[in-house]
This record gives sequence, C-alpha cells and structure tokens, in this order.
Amino acid sequence: MSDQPLLEVSNLRVAFPTRQGVAEAVRGVSFTLGREKLGIVGESGSGKSMTGRSILRLVPPPGIVTADRLAFRGEDLRDASEKRLRAIRGSGIAMVMQDPKFSLNPVMTVGRQIAEAYRVHSKASAREAKRRALEMLEAVRIRDPERVYDRYPHEVSGGMGQRIMIAMMLIPNPDLLIADEPTSALDVTVQMQILAILDDLCGQRGMGMIFVSHDLNLVASFCDRILIMYAGRVVESCPASELRDARHPYTRGLLDSLPRLDDPRRDLPVLTRDPAWLTDDAPPEKAR
Amino acid sequence: MRDKAAVTMSDASPPWRAWLTTDTPQSRLQARLGRAWTGWRTFRRNRMAMAGLLIVLALVVVAALAPLLAPHHPYEQDLANRLLAPGPGHWLGTDSFGRDILSRLLYGARLTLMIVALVAVTAPVVGLLIGTVAGYLGGWTDAALMRVTDIFLAFPKLILALAFVAALGPGIENAVIAIAITSWPPYARIARAETLTVRHADFISAARLQGASSLRIILGHIMPLCVASLVVRVTLDMAGVILTAAGLGFLGLGAQPPLPEWGAMIAAGRQNVLEQWWVAAMPGFAIFIVSLGFNLLGDGLRDVLDPKGD
Amino acid sequence: MVKRCLGLIASVAVTLLGLLLVTFLIGRVVPIDPVLAIVGDRANADTYSRLRMELGLDLPLWRQFLRYLAAVAQGDLGQSILTSRPVLEDVLRVFPATLELATVAVVIGAALGVPAGVLAATHRGSLADHVIRLLGLVGHSVPIFWLGLMGLLLFYAKLDWVPGPGRVDIFYEGLVEARTGILTLDALLAGETDVFWNALHHLALPSAILGLYSVAYIARMTRSFMLDQLRQEYITTARVKGLSEARVVWRHALGNIAVPLITVIALSYATLLEGSVLTETVFAWPGLGLYITNSLLSADMNAVLGGTLVVGSVFIGLNLLSDLLYRLLDPRAR
Repeated sequence: MSDQPLLEVSNLRVAFPTRQGVAEAVRGVSFTLGREKLGIVGESGSGKSMTGRSILRLVPPPGIVTADRLAFRGEDLRDASEKRLRAIRGSGIAMVMQDPKFSLNPVMTVGRQIAEAYRVHSKASAREAKRRALEMLEAVRIRDPERVYDRYPHEVSGGMGQRIMIAMMLIPNPDLLIADEPTSALDVTVQMQILAILDDLCGQRGMGMIFVSHDLNLVASFCDRILIMYAGRVVESCPASELRDARHPYTRGLLDSLPRLDDPRRDLPVLTRDPAWLTDDAPPEKAR
Repeated sequence: MRDKAAVTMSDASPPWRAWLTTDTPQSRLQARLGRAWTGWRTFRRNRMAMAGLLIVLALVVVAALAPLLAPHHPYEQDLANRLLAPGPGHWLGTDSFGRDILSRLLYGARLTLMIVALVAVTAPVVGLLIGTVAGYLGGWTDAALMRVTDIFLAFPKLILALAFVAALGPGIENAVIAIAITSWPPYARIARAETLTVRHADFISAARLQGASSLRIILGHIMPLCVASLVVRVTLDMAGVILTAAGLGFLGLGAQPPLPEWGAMIAAGRQNVLEQWWVAAMPGFAIFIVSLGFNLLGDGLRDVLDPKGD
Repeated sequence: MVKRCLGLIASVAVTLLGLLLVTFLIGRVVPIDPVLAIVGDRANADTYSRLRMELGLDLPLWRQFLRYLAAVAQGDLGQSILTSRPVLEDVLRVFPATLELATVAVVIGAALGVPAGVLAATHRGSLADHVIRLLGLVGHSVPIFWLGLMGLLLFYAKLDWVPGPGRVDIFYEGLVEARTGILTLDALLAGETDVFWNALHHLALPSAILGLYSVAYIARMTRSFMLDQLRQEYITTARVKGLSEARVVWRHALGNIAVPLITVIALSYATLLEGSVLTETVFAWPGLGLYITNSLLSADMNAVLGGTLVVGSVFIGLNLLSDLLYRLLDPRAR
C-alpha cells in the first residue's frame, strides 16, 4: 500500500477544438509521483499549467482531457463522477495559484474562505472551523491570526495572501499539492519565505507536491525531481541534483543561457529552437 | 482528394479578394477597403446581424417605394368598409375610418425613417463635438462640459421629451427635436472616452508639432477614431428612438392625424382593441420588427467594430 | 469615504438645479401667453399688466428663475388648471399609485431576471441561454404600451384571467381611506380583504407587463456580469476546494456581482417610473404618469412641469441611491 505511487499519469493529452482545427496544449505527458517534490519547468505555452489543472479535472471548456492512465492513490480519475471529483478536490488534491490578488474571493473575508475549505470536507460547526482556520493561519507563520481572519484579500500584502492561500489549501489535509507558479507574483525576499513554508508544511505532512514554474534555478534548488516541458511534451526528466548533466538540447540551451557567477561570459548564448522538438515523438531524455 | 479540392479552390479565388486581403496594402484606400471587407465577412457570419441589416434595408426600401407598394391611398376613407378584418383586398384590415392599414403602415415607414434619420444625424454630431472638445482641451472646459452632459444624462428621457413637446406643441418636428435633445449625452461620453485614450498619443503630438491647430487635430485626427464606437451606439439607440417616438405618437404628441405615424395608429385603434384587435396590433408589430432590426444590427456591428469579448 | 459621499450629494444638488433650470426654461418656451391663459382675451389692459407683474413676467429671466427656485423650495409648484388645486398636492395624491406599480414590477423583474441571467451564464450556448437572450432582445424592442394593450386583449378580453383597466373595480372605489396612498396596503390596514384582493388582481397585469420590461434588462446585465465573474481565478479556487457548482455560482460569483446588480435594479426601478407614464395610460392607472398625460392633453403646463420635476427628482435620487449603495456595500470601495 505504501509502495503505491501517489499519482500516475500516462499519455495525458489536453486538446482544445478551435475553428481552425484542434490545438493540443498537452501532448502525451507521462510521469509518476510519490511523496516527493516534482518540479515541472517550461516557458509560457509549454502546457505546464494545463497539466496541473487536468489532474484536478479543472480544464476550462472546450478543453478535452484524455489519458491512458490518470490515477490518484490508485483510483482512476478519468471517469470519476463529478461528485467523486469534488470529494477529492480539496481533501485529496489541492492547488495553490499564482496571484492571491486574483485567486482569492474579493468580497469574502480571508478567514471565512479558509473556514469554508475546512467545512466542505468535514461536518464541523462554524466555530470549530474558525478555530481550525486560526490554527492554520498560525501554521503559515502569520503573526496576528485573529486580526487577519477578518481582513479582505485586498487588505493584505502579496506574501500574506499567498500564505492564506496555502492555509486554505492545506486545511483539509490533502495528500497532493499542485503549486502553479506560487512565487512568480512575489518579491524575491518573500519568495524564499513562501517556499520555506511550503517545504515545511508539505514535509511535515508527508505530502507529494508538483511545483510548476518557469524558473529553472528555483525548481532545481527546491524540488527532488524535475520535468522539463516544451510545446506540450516532456523533453527531459531527471533528479534535481543531476540537472547540470542534462542532455536534451532544449534543457542545455536553458542552462547555458542562465548567467553564472563562476563562469562569467561576455555574451549569453541565445536558445535556438529546433522545430524537430515540436514533432519529436522520441521518449524524453531520462537521467541514468 | 482534399488537396485537389484545395488547389482548385485557390485557382478560382478572384484576384480582387487577394488584393483586399493582402498583408501589404499599397495605399491607404487599399488598407481601408481591405479592413471593411474583413469586417463585412465577420459580420456576414452572424445570422442575427444579417437579419437586422435586412430589416433596416427593408425599411428604407419600403419608405422609398411606398407609393408603388401600397395597394390603397393611406388617407382614403371608406366608411362603408370600416373596421374590416384582415383579408384579401385589405391584407391587414381597415381602421375606424375605413382606411387600409397596410397602406398606412407602408407610408408610416417614411415617418419612422425620417425620425430615425434626423435624430441619427443631429444628436451624435452634437455629442461628438462636445465630447471631443471636452476630452481634448481638458481642464475647465472638460469639467464644465461634462457637468452639463452628466446633468442631461441624469434626466428621465421620455418625461423630458414629453414636457418639451407639451411646451412647443405637438407635431413631428417638435418630437424629433425633443428626442434629439435628450439623446446626445451618451455620445458625448463615448467621444470623450475615446479622445482621452488618444490625446497623449505620439501621432497627436506629431501633428501639433507640425503646427496643426487644435480644431484641425480634433476634426481630422480624433473624430475619425470615435466614429466606430459611435456608429455602434447610434444604431443601438435607434431602437429606443423608435420606441420613444412611438410613445409620443401614442400620446398624441408626435405626427398629427391624418399622418400615418405608427404610434398614433395604435392610439387610434385603442378604443376597438378588444374586438377589432388588428387596428392596434399591426402597427405595434411594425414598430417591434423595425426596433428589433436596429437592435440586431447594432449588436452585429458591435461584434465587428468594438468587440469586448463574450 | 464621508468626503466622497458629500461629493456625490453635492453633484446631485447641481443636477437637481439643472433639472429645475430645464423645467423652468421649458415653461418659458410655451407659445401660449400665460397671462392670457388666466384672464382670457377679453380682459382690459390694466388687469393684464397687473397680473403680468404679479406673475413676475416683467422681471429679467434670471430673477424669474430665482423666484421659481424659491417657490419650489417652499413646495409651491403652481396651481393646476384642471383641478384648481396646488400641483404639489395633486402629485402627492397620485404618486403612490405609480410607486405601487413600479415596486411590484421591479420585484417581479428581479425575481425572474436574476435567476434567468445566472442560468443563461452558467449554461452558456445552451437552448436556455439562447431563449433568454432572445427574450431579452424582444423585451428591448417591443413598445410597452402596445404590449399592455395586447396583454389586455389576451388576458382580459379573451381569457378573462384578469380584470380590466383601472386600479380597482368601480364597486370598490372610494371604500378604503387613503392612508399611504398605496391601495393594497391601505386595504390591508383597513381590514378590507375584498378590496385588497380586487386591487391585487388589478395590479397583476400592468405590473407583469412593466416587470417584463425590466426582466429583459436585468437578465441581460446579470448574464453579462456572471460571465465575467466565472472567468476569474477565484472561481477556480472555489472549485479546487471541492465546492459544489451551485455554491460556487450562488455564493461566490453572485456575491461578487451583488453590488453592481443592486445598482442595475435601482436603475431599472428608475426606468420603470418613466415607463409607467405610458403603461398607466393604457391601464387607466391613476398614477403620476396618467396625471402628466392628462395635464398634457389639457395644456396644463404647471401640472406637466410639476409632475416632470417630481419624476425627474426621484429619478436622480434613485441614481444617487444606487451610487451610494455601491460605495457602501463593496468592501473594495471602502
């Protein structure tokens, strides 16, 4: 039972029918996830966010999600009923999004939003939910939880908003957290704090995490394993420690274009895209 | 098989289509026509909008050709045949004076068209002028003009039009004036909003540096940019104008008898509506269809010229 | 916040002043000589000039306007030629009937329009969406007085579901003392249930017709607001939490459009007050609209302008109210 992977994804495809034909945002992504931190790195349009959302079956219409296998804790998610999916969302899989300015309900106090997340998956009373919400606010290192509870999202800073988001997502004790660019909208100093909180809480609870980002360095330092995505496909898959030895030309191009203190160069090389990467059906480069 | 069809199609494509849709127009005229052509194609795909266009065109045609289309004279009374039900000879029946309703409706289209045209020409022009001047000059002029605009915007249009016509006396010209006076504020608002977005644009500064006067800049550069949103709004408003004019006519304040104004025809048919319902019903259908036509046309134009996504 | 409310009130005061100016000017535009209208054309020159001075018509225009303002401030809107009573008294007598009609209509409009709009937005592109949009378009294009006539034709003459025009059957007229002016309320207060039911029946068709007008508008705005909200990120968050779609729509999304929706409903109410002018004529409803119309036909300018002033002021007041409500209720505007 404990050997069973948390999440199994095989040949995941997300297609959007348009008037000019079908546009595929995700083309055959496969991976398994245990209780570890998996990073998915890619540029805009690589399909990394869509991958995360399709796991939760929250792809906006008219998107269509297909997969050979999409299982969470051994349960097939592909044909699960809406009712079953709603039970899994929140208590099984949760997602932290990029900008709390937009991802929190502007006309509801943050405390109530957190409490709501708790009450959906438990029969707790309002008072009990509030108590648990205050506990969570403390767990994400917010110093004055009572006062923050009654605040509205536009009254808190970006960093605090993201902590609130994390509290809201972790309060029903999910096993898997998808973090969709959770630090991209924050200042660098605040980024580190948020990452520390994520690391702490997810580690404590033995959760699995999928960390989606465009920041290669960040993912390399934070995650255990990395997937590099390009144009809807996974082009490279390796442990974070072996990123320097990556072999796919796209990954190498990304790595080479990053400025480094220990290797000062006058001109950074520009990534050249090989159109073959768009159609290349070869399996992703796997680290040995 | 499919490739063959594609090849044949591109062979048959007329050269003017390529000329219109080219990415590199050689003259301003070509660019303008090309844009109009693409806009037309998008518009054509919207069936409701096409229906609206057809209705409006039908109105114009009917108004122009009323003498040819109408089977009877609109003022010709025939008291022996009053209040006849719809049937052959009088396809929409006759009213309480024995006049043929169909003919009166057709001639009434002229009045409707005239009202629409007059309001469409006066109110937006006034609004455009006020809005662009306010937006471009800014400062006190802007504040003062917008204050006046806001005041007029806050008034109930129908009531004011009523009061106005009451003061001036009933008649179709006064009705048009009253409607126009209460209709211009939204256009001033739109024009001002558009002006504000381009006021600080580089091409305006360039024109100013070349020595163009404010008037020239407003007339030549800013006003053309406002035209698109104004056209949409005017078309949509025309539906309301038709309804307001009909309302005034219903109250006896618009065109006076025996003019076959549609609203007045409904009022005339009111006493007999419970028995001879067609006298009041037919003009109402006419108003409804024409108003609907302008609404559909306006919606379609908005999708082409001023889309905000839906 | 207080400063902004004061600013709003100041702006409304200026608007009201503008309205007064317009009604004053309209009154002066009348081609009929007001002095002749009172004394008749057989009066001698002395009577004429005396009355002219009394009416202040020899004063410069701006001083006449000030006199007008002073009079209005004291509640003097002139005297009605038809009823020979002060216009203000007449208006206050008939206005509650219009309020009754408009209120019931707007309640119908909101009760039907908001769910229709939500339905159209959540089932975008479905048959329900198209039907609702079509009805909205139709409601926008049909002349309301004609709709009233057709309604009477169908529901009164042909189907006999509702009573005819008028506020109450002739049999019951004058039976109930007018305390609030709202007949249904007064009947209830007086315990006259017969009158109450009769009045309610009479209220049904005109308020339904008026209400349909605002259903179209409210549904369209609700749909538009809803579509906007459903695109937002916080809706995804709500779904991620595992909330039911009903809760996402009715609790989260609707909560975010509640404030602009209230603004829409207040504006709709204002429009209904205007539309009642025509509807009251069709249904012989003794409200302010009918009063203005009758005064119009008798060239009773004082009454017309007085009525216009009252409707205009309420109209402006409602706009102010919706603005204030927006600022008060939206936590972001605080």
